[in-house]
Amino acid sequence: MNSSIAEPKSSRRPQAAAEELVSMHVGGQLVGIPVRIVQDILGFQRITRVPLAAREIAGVLNLRGRIVTAIDLRQRLGMDAVVSDRPSMSVVCEHGGELYSLLIDQIGEVLQPPADRFDTDLTPLTQCWREFSRGIYRLDNQLLVLLDVGRVLAFN
Amino acid sequence: MDELLADFLTECAESMTLLDVELVKLERNPSDRELLGSIFRMVHTIKGTCGFLGLPRLQHVAHAAENVLGDFREGKLVPGPSEVSLILEALDRIKEILAVLEATRAEPAGDDSELIARLDACSGRQEEVEPIMPNAVIAPGSETLPARTNVPAPETEGAAKPVLAAKNPPEEAAGRAAATESVAHQTLRVNIELLEKLMTLVSELVLTRNQLLQTARKSSDNALKAPLQRLSHITSELQEGVMKTRMQPIGNVWSKLPRVVRDLGMELGKQIELEMVGADTELDRQILELIKDPLTHMVRNSADHGLETTKARVAAGKPEQGKIRLNAFHEGGHIIIEIADDGKGLDTNAIAAKILANGLATEAELASLSTQQIQQFIFKAGFSTARQVTNVSGRGVGMDVVRTNIEKIGGTIEMSSELGRGTRFVIKIPLTLAIVSALIVAAAGERYAIPQIGVVELVRAGARSKHRIEVIDGAPILRLRDRLLPLISLAGVLGLRGDETNVEDTHVVVSQIGPCVFGLIVDQVFDTEEIVVKPVAPILRGHRLFSGNTILGDGDVVMILDLNGLTDRIGKSANPVAEKKEASSQSQQDDATSLLLFRAGAGAPKAVPLALVTRLEEIEPAQIEWSGTSTVVQYRGRLMPIVDFEGQPVRVSDGTRPVLVFTDAGNDMGLVVDSIIDITEQEIRLECRSGSVNVLGSAIIAGRSTEVVDVSYFVNQVFGGWFDRNETEPFMEAANTKPRRILLVDDSAFFRNILLPILQSHGYEVTAVDSAAKALEYRDKGEMYDAIVSDIEMPGMDGFAFAACCRADGSWQNVPMVALTSHTAPKDIERGREAGFDGHVGKLDREALVAELASHPKAHRVPS
Repeated sequence: MNSSIAEPKSSRRPQAAAEELVSMHVGGQLVGIPVRIVQDILGFQRITRVPLAAREIAGVLNLRGRIVTAIDLRQRLGMDAVVSDRPSMSVVCEHGGELYSLLIDQIGEVLQPPADRFDTDLTPLTQCWREFSRGIYRLDNQLLVLLDVGRVLAFN
Repeated sequence: MDELLADFLTECAESMTLLDVELVKLERNPSDRELLGSIFRMVHTIKGTCGFLGLPRLQHVAHAAENVLGDFREGKLVPGPSEVSLILEALDRIKEILAVLEATRAEPAGDDSELIARLDACSGRQEEVEPIMPNAVIAPGSETLPARTNVPAPETEGAAKPVLAAKNPPEEAAGRAAATESVAHQTLRVNIELLEKLMTLVSELVLTRNQLLQTARKSSDNALKAPLQRLSHITSELQEGVMKTRMQPIGNVWSKLPRVVRDLGMELGKQIELEMVGADTELDRQILELIKDPLTHMVRNSADHGLETTKARVAAGKPEQGKIRLNAFHEGGHIIIEIADDGKGLDTNAIAAKILANGLATEAELASLSTQQIQQFIFKAGFSTARQVTNVSGRGVGMDVVRTNIEKIGGTIEMSSELGRGTRFVIKIPLTLAIVSALIVAAAGERYAIPQIGVVELVRAGARSKHRIEVIDGAPILRLRDRLLPLISLAGVLGLRGDETNVEDTHVVVSQIGPCVFGLIVDQVFDTEEIVVKPVAPILRGHRLFSGNTILGDGDVVMILDLNGLTDRIGKSANPVAEKKEASSQSQQDDATSLLLFRAGAGAPKAVPLALVTRLEEIEPAQIEWSGTSTVVQYRGRLMPIVDFEGQPVRVSDGTRPVLVFTDAGNDMGLVVDSIIDITEQEIRLECRSGSVNVLGSAIIAGRSTEVVDVSYFVNQVFGGWFDRNETEPFMEAANTKPRRILLVDDSAFFRNILLPILQSHGYEVTAVDSAAKALEYRDKGEMYDAIVSDIEMPGMDGFAFAACCRADGSWQNVPMVALTSHTAPKDIERGREAGFDGHVGKLDREALVAELASHPKAHRVPS
């Protein structure tokens, strides 16, 4: 009896134990990135502009003695630049041994939505978002786009 | 055993380097007994240890060499060049074997009997009995050899003085062992990685200290001050100490050079003396590692190209022996290394010829350069003055690589040369890469660090200052004492400010990179600060303006400017860069065209796209010959037709004239002009079309009204005949009655600008677009044309794909299409036809284009 109950559970578990995500608001949209790559969440930071860099690069900032490149996530996702009325927040994540700070409007929470709510079909998204997304979570009240951080940080 | 072997290898490496140096000394000074003793001992130790470790090949070679050295020592033989060469050869063989030994942990197989025979022959007279000796050493060697292996490595480091030279080996060993034991206890080997880690940590500590000091300055808490002061001192001392652990004398790198120079001298038949001054000057091992190859290369260069052969020297009345002098010393936080030779100096004429031959500059450009500037070309890529590639220095590595490597570590290289007297290079490099002294400046509200190494002085410029900035054609220039300095606006270069450079009240950082002195206009100048250079993140590495970034005392991140990168911007006004920020840089680059400005005929200066000019030459009137009714010159073994600006035969009687060579379908032709003015890069907008046949129209270029020349006119004038002008006439009449609509697709703004007026002047109504995608948009909007003229090579969808797309479906399936391309080979034309093009014309051939368009009967026309 026990085993019959355990069976479906264990078979579902790898599915159910989806990645833990950190959700955040960017230009009114809810997006998420895997918790395991997040190093830090910072409030407003002074950012040094880097002239002649790509538009999406907000600049560089000092994170406890390490120099971190700040990416304006709004611009990267094809939205307007971060407006200055509210100081933006930063999510620091590591990618390829380098630290990057993603500028966002507001941090959300840590979630673990069930995997069966995850859609990998990106057709509903615009071309720009399709490029940077891994999929869409159907949350109860809102859709959450899971970002492909590697793609977001791949500048060339 | 492995550990023993590792120790042995390390010791050998040290000994071998030293041996190279000492043997060269010995050759000069054969009677130096101390030297002989020390050399003998080193070889003897190697031999002994080899026997113990069971390395027979090494042992035999070392033994044979030792015998020869023994004869030197006993005075039976005098070490002359051939004897020393032989010993050096033996050492090389030992090095080879050691290298394999290090890699594979085993002695490689091989036969040294020939070398040993020669060594034995050298010491041969008394060696009749000797052959037994080596065997005796191997087999029963255990009696004496273990004793030898007790001898610690640093025997070469002076602890054991050659007083022992004459004593026999066992005593010697004992004496040395005792003497060196104490030395061994005072030094220890530390892993490089650990030192690097320490350095990084100390760098961080320095940063944190700076931050603390800055914070403390703002606070009034006195209790903090004293301990902070102390922390600051200790940090500084720690920093210095750790940096010292990484310091090595430059002599370590130089030690290979005497041997290099000696071998070169033998090979080239030159007598060369290498003088080395300041070998104990210390610098960071990282930097040492990085300058090793450039230095060796430069010394080789001096020996190979710089110094003359002994004969030539004597003929020039110089001492037979050429001299290369290396000098290293500290100066203001930097290391200066000079490499000077008393050779023939740089031959400016030879360099100029080479520059032309290699196409690095045109004669017009060369004429405007000073001797010094021409000499600097030896640092340019693709330049090498050696007439033939020798196996000495001509191995594809040129001075450009040397300069690049030195600049990579934040250093500079300067050169001065006097014909017949010699050449002198001065390399200036920072003591360490990790921490540099930098000047902090501000431009457009953001701070930047400029490495102090490039900063010469700071000047306040403006209305109230005695230094004024003046602007010529948008390029700011500073009058500083008796010279004119080109200026670069930092904000402008960085694209931070679109408006005019503020020249009223501002600061100029006078900087020098190599021979290039320029001023950098900044808004504010702050302190100098010791900064820790950190590499910029990979995604920011796109351009050369920043060499790194750093965190200042107040915790802010600033970018470190790379002055080398900035020098490229000299002479370009700041504003184009600012404009570029707005538009996408891609299309901006396409729009700018390199133009050659020249004078010819009457009226305004003329311009021609540089891309259309194959070469620039000069001719003397005497070179001009007549062939029938046209003028020709002999050019590259063929006759090249030349015409003047009116397309007529050339009649000049005085002075050399510049000739623009154009090439059409493999045929060269020359256009003789009065003078070359300049080369400039900018976008052309043809303002008004011209009435004359040889000019496309006028444009404002470099601030002046300039006539853009129609190259095809001249080409047709010369190679004409194959095109019958009259054919176009009836068509033109027809066209004039009702304009035909043409769609022109070309990604190059230049060609759009050129073709548009040509087509318009033939009565066409032209719509020009810059991409196939845009053209297809017009199709989808329902636009209709009588013909489509399209470029082939375009980013995105190319011409072939575009034609195929038009032919596949939609309303343009039957519209005549003409391909416009620089490739007019039959196979290209065939491919064009397959894709759906009806015609194919060369890009410059405006007549052919007009003819091609006229050839399509009106039946093709779709009512618009």
